[in-house]
Amino acid sequence: MSTSKTDPEAANRSEYWAPLLELSAQEVFGLMLGDKLETTSEPVAVESLDVTAMVGLAGSLCGLLSLRCSSSCAALMATKMLGPDIASAKGQMEDAIGEVCNMVAGNFKNKLSGMSDGCKLSVPTVITGSNYNLCTLANDYSMEINVLFHGNPVVMSLQLN
Amino acid sequence: MDNISVLIVDDSSVMRKIVERSLRQAGIEIGQVYEAGNGLEALALLNERKVNLVLCDINMPGMDGLEFVKQLPALENAKGVPVVMITTEGSEGHVVQALSAGARGYIRKPFTADQVKEHIVPVLAGN
Repeated sequence: MSTSKTDPEAANRSEYWAPLLELSAQEVFGLMLGDKLETTSEPVAVESLDVTAMVGLAGSLCGLLSLRCSSSCAALMATKMLGPDIASAKGQMEDAIGEVCNMVAGNFKNKLSGMSDGCKLSVPTVITGSNYNLCTLANDYSMEINVLFHGNPVVMSLQLN
Repeated sequence: MDNISVLIVDDSSVMRKIVERSLRQAGIEIGQVYEAGNGLEALALLNERKVNLVLCDINMPGMDGLEFVKQLPALENAKGVPVVMITTEGSEGHVVQALSAGARGYIRKPFTADQVKEHIVPVLAGN
């Protein structure tokens, strides 16, 4: 897990929010995909992560939650959610990872006392390809968590104003 | 109630399939399953078809789930049809809004088949 700010508020967020984000993801993967995520401290080669799902947050919590992984990892998520026959259909991989990101974002904000009511989620957006730069105006605070799904790296980032 | 017809409203086709599978895993005997990608599509479908149960997301493009629930009583085909929300929006405020608008139940994503059963069975029994 890494964070970008060192002021007291950011430290507080990191101390309490990073475990909540990881718990939120664990619950989504456990309940909807039937699998646990493994935590890792190994650095991730981000150029291998060619699928990015994003959900915007607006209101009391304003920013972006993104989830990045390889296309083979995203396909595996779709298979775990739907079974191999349906998951191979066109568009299902993007839909599946977008919905995973959406559920992680929703589950995370629901765990933040007093913030859930005033925070709205966007519908998910999914980008395929790795040769891009992501620039968001929500750059006051960022937090990143690296986990493994069946040995495949998954990077979750929260960027906030 | 056997072989109920269900309308599943969610902008994610993956989630629509998961909801359908969860209903079957929960032991609810479903017959015809209809799908809609947002509230507008759902209203159009219900204008022509009668169903026994509607399961509806909240955050959707076009018309969201709360607006859909508010507009539902105006449809003759939908009178008395229970709506249960299935959504990532899990705050108490959203629950109150949905129930006030006419929803009969509220399931937070992520969910299990057991949770689906726990919420849907009483609604189908008229409780």
